[in-house]
Amino acid sequence: MKQNLIGALCALAVIGGAFAQAPKKPAAKAAPVAEVKDAATLEFEKFRAEMEDSNPAELFEMKGQEQWNSKRGPKNVSLAESCDLGQGIGKVKGAYVKMPRYFADADAVMDAERRIVWCMVEKQGFKFDEIAAKPFANANFTPDITNLVTYVAGHSRNMKVAVPLKDPKVQEAYRIGKEVAAYRAGPYDFSCNTCHGADGKRIRMQNLPNLSTPAGAMKGVQGWPGYRMTGGVMLTHQWRMGDCFRQQRFPQPKYASDAISYLLTYMIGNANGQVYKGPGIKR
Amino acid sequence: MTKTILLAAAVALPLLTAALPAAADADYRAKAIAALKKDFQPRGQASLDRLAEDGLQAICNRTENKPPEYIAKRLEADQLAAVKYPADGKLLGDWKSGEKLAQSGRGFTWSDNPGLPVGGNCYNCHQIAPKETSFGTIGPTLYQFGKLRGNTPEIQKYAYSKIYNAKAHNLCSEMPRFGQAGALKEQQIKDLVALLLDPESPVNK
Repeated sequence: MKQNLIGALCALAVIGGAFAQAPKKPAAKAAPVAEVKDAATLEFEKFRAEMEDSNPAELFEMKGQEQWNSKRGPKNVSLAESCDLGQGIGKVKGAYVKMPRYFADADAVMDAERRIVWCMVEKQGFKFDEIAAKPFANANFTPDITNLVTYVAGHSRNMKVAVPLKDPKVQEAYRIGKEVAAYRAGPYDFSCNTCHGADGKRIRMQNLPNLSTPAGAMKGVQGWPGYRMTGGVMLTHQWRMGDCFRQQRFPQPKYASDAISYLLTYMIGNANGQVYKGPGIKR
Repeated sequence: MTKTILLAAAVALPLLTAALPAAADADYRAKAIAALKKDFQPRGQASLDRLAEDGLQAICNRTENKPPEYIAKRLEADQLAAVKYPADGKLLGDWKSGEKLAQSGRGFTWSDNPGLPVGGNCYNCHQIAPKETSFGTIGPTLYQFGKLRGNTPEIQKYAYSKIYNAKAHNLCSEMPRFGQAGALKEQQIKDLVALLLDPESPVNK
């Protein structure tokens, strides 16, 4: 804390005048801050390390595996025999880290969760509106799609992220996603980049990854889908995007929509080359 | 948003579009905006009209938050002219109420009760009183804000207008326009000014 205060005081001397005269240089705006971790963060990281051998996410992976292989839905087919995640029908190995990608049969760039929903609807005959009505877990309920995403993500554990950005359709989604991240609107003029566009920023003690850098983007990808200690629920990357928009004071993104696929293409695309450690544990 | 601001934005925007090269980014931005309009749904108090840019947001969005100086100066002046100061001319409220308000990050999300008062969100982004060590760093530190500047009428007016509308001093500032947006009421802004400037406030001890 002492160091922090000294840093803040030094910065204050530099920017003191600037603030009163409307600062224009973003570099001079905030105190220079190394990644600071409070006691709760350090305690949680210790806990997470200890939990790694018995990650609760694995229970959801097992349920997802069973559901992936079972004949289900009005058409009574399994995803294992019908769903192509980009690596061939039924193939899950490495599929998660290679999405979002373009799927010609849907004529859309889709992230992993959206692609599995597409398969459930098109191949198994489930109703999209019924899935989208309750897409995320709560204390009493975990949707099948969450188990399935967790299963698929588990088969990309310790693999490098490799979104096919050279595909022109994926490239376009990336460029649109970049603009979605920069778009300021709403009562507080916030965009994604307000919090996630620069290095070394925090909200309270929460470090904010800079999604425009490979390491920062990976921090936004790592650990999703994740088992959240708060409430004890398994949540997906789609859920996390929605919660960011909530805090941005925006309305709610529709489930499995283009807008979220674009944003995830930008974010996961920026994490290309970084190693994904599989479904994780979150606070 | 006042009429003058809208008017200035309407004048500035075509000027700006003419001044910039026809970048491919504009096409992607148009597609991004179309996707946002198509793919969002209202929830709670967060209605779809929140997706629309006002004039100021449109200019910041089209210049990567770095508008040309002549446009920035003009619109900052408009924003400043629209700041509503208290009728009694008293800008310094109660720093203790200000500290409570600075702590709260509530308000305006789809999960917030729209009937409840909105928080100042200050500690989310700023260091302020030294006792609170859990502070964000998106904005500059405000510790010793008044001690360094003095508690003069000019500084009080500056602090009030900065909280009321940060864009009056820095057009594409990350900070919300708390008064302009109707988030913070007159008395709340006075209390925050006191937190920053009152010599008795822990900020200035």
